[in-house]
Amino acid sequence: MRRKNAFWIALAAPGIIWLVLLFIVPFYAVLAIAMGKLDQLFESPVAVWNPFAWSSENVIDVSRDLVGSAAFAGPIVVRTVVYVAIASLLCLLIGYPAAYFVARFSGRRKGLFLILLIAPFWISYMMRMLAWITLLQTNGIANKMLSWVGIAPVNWLGGKPVTVILGLVYGYIPYLILVLFAGLDRIDPALIEAGRDLGLSKARTFARITLPLSKQPILTAMLITVLPMVGDYYTNQLLSGAASTSMIGNLIQGQLGTPGLEGQGAVLSLLLLLVLLIPMIYYVIATNRSSRAAA
Amino acid sequence: MSAPSVSEQTPPQQIQPKARTQSRWNPRNPWRHPWFLEGFTWLYLIWSLVPIGIAVLFSFNKGKSQSVWQGFSWRWYFTDPVNSVLHNPQLHAAVIQTVRLSVLTTVIAVPLGVAFAIGINRWHGPIPSTFNYLMILSFVIPELIFGVAMFFVFTELFTTVHLGTTAEVLALVTWNVSWPAIIVQARLVTLGRHYEEAAADLGANRFQAMRRVMLPLLAPAIFASAVLVFSGVIDDFVIVDLLSSNAGNTPMSVIIYSTQHGGNGGPALNALGTIMLVMSFIIAIIGYLGYRFLTRGERGSRLEALTTIAGSES
Repeated sequence: MRRKNAFWIALAAPGIIWLVLLFIVPFYAVLAIAMGKLDQLFESPVAVWNPFAWSSENVIDVSRDLVGSAAFAGPIVVRTVVYVAIASLLCLLIGYPAAYFVARFSGRRKGLFLILLIAPFWISYMMRMLAWITLLQTNGIANKMLSWVGIAPVNWLGGKPVTVILGLVYGYIPYLILVLFAGLDRIDPALIEAGRDLGLSKARTFARITLPLSKQPILTAMLITVLPMVGDYYTNQLLSGAASTSMIGNLIQGQLGTPGLEGQGAVLSLLLLLVLLIPMIYYVIATNRSSRAAA
Repeated sequence: MSAPSVSEQTPPQQIQPKARTQSRWNPRNPWRHPWFLEGFTWLYLIWSLVPIGIAVLFSFNKGKSQSVWQGFSWRWYFTDPVNSVLHNPQLHAAVIQTVRLSVLTTVIAVPLGVAFAIGINRWHGPIPSTFNYLMILSFVIPELIFGVAMFFVFTELFTTVHLGTTAEVLALVTWNVSWPAIIVQARLVTLGRHYEEAAADLGANRFQAMRRVMLPLLAPAIFASAVLVFSGVIDDFVIVDLLSSNAGNTPMSVIIYSTQHGGNGGPALNALGTIMLVMSFIIAIIGYLGYRFLTRGERGSRLEALTTIAGSES
């Protein structure tokens, strides 16, 4: 039995060692810095590797930023939640009908639609943001079109929440649609036809059959979009760059390069991880379950 | 032969109303084509693709404008002696760095992930399943959180690895190794153990069964994951943004971000983006054709190949 396993252990070992060294250890490093001290002279973080010597300096600093009278990070957190909620709901509202149509009604043109739906997946995120910057510049095409109908040019890229949310929707919707399509495509059309044959109206067939069956894909697709959105700082920075729209990602990324604040950046990213751990674990379990069901 | 005669026998007045209710346009026809949904889908597609088309178009603009078309030219690609992608050292280096990172990461991550997938799939116990969960976790963790961990580990602990290409490759491998690990495992699960057992019955030892039977059967999955890793690295931004240290190790995505962020982009940046896009599309086409070739004779369809190389198999 032991010898039988040795072969498989040897195969898995490099990957396991890699994960330990470059996935587990790095997060311990973040923890050591979060619980570490500050070198007063160079303003650089000092990692404390021994848990018994951990200091709560950074944690106290961060909690002061998050709640209290001088809290500047609190509004940023609220803004992040609001932006991500609106953007992901918009993603779903736009993405579901499109994925549903392609999965169910596109017939022989499914291949064509699928290529068009997948295309953005192959176009670099930065290129897609660049495209919107090109359009939304002060002297860009969007403002030109507005001027034809007599509307004064809008400074789209000057810190408008609308632009940031639009950017988030545009950036992450391809991932959502792909997951939704894969899920909706697997619904047996016979079930829907049975519903119609048994006298349900179109709307009720959708509500009683299609929607319950697409619950799982919707959940996974939302996770796939929400998780990266929460850690997004570049969309915001490119399309707005203003402090008035900055999100938690901008805060953490800004602290990384700033002397004296790196420890707080470590605390914040660990807090974020802690909050997101529940949806992430849900995703891990759901993926594992579906791959077992496939077997 | 007999079919036309049947329809000739049916009286025309019975066909008439039936044909009307079955019309694609009749709102009462339950199987009517959903024109509203189709229109919505087309609107979405236009919204999602036309802006990119415009950005690509203006990379060929003769002038500096990104909103007024001044004629076709290759100026921003080759001919401009200062600002073209070819002649601007920063842009030029970025293209090379992106290719270098993609190749190195794919070459390391794919064998690592494939071996991990096979080993974890066959070795039972709490250790392999823990690491399997960890692998899936590394797949969904927000990239910023992962990038922060990588930044700290290379600046505070493994300080012999300086920020730059080595750190970028190490982090990108960790970030992308889950593609082969997950996709190959999914394929292993669908294959079952019969092929291996048959090989063993015919006298193959475990190593031979792996090399002569399992690896060829896993080839489509391995290939698809290589395509996904390669294109994932081209597209990657957060990790390389946090771990690059100078112009020599800054890839295209970061150049687009930092230059555009400063507000002095211009069409050369569109040209850089277009080069990225063409690279990814070439990889996608190679991926599609290669996957079709490797799965020839299987039941899988063209559509399945399409979704697989876009990373949605399970």
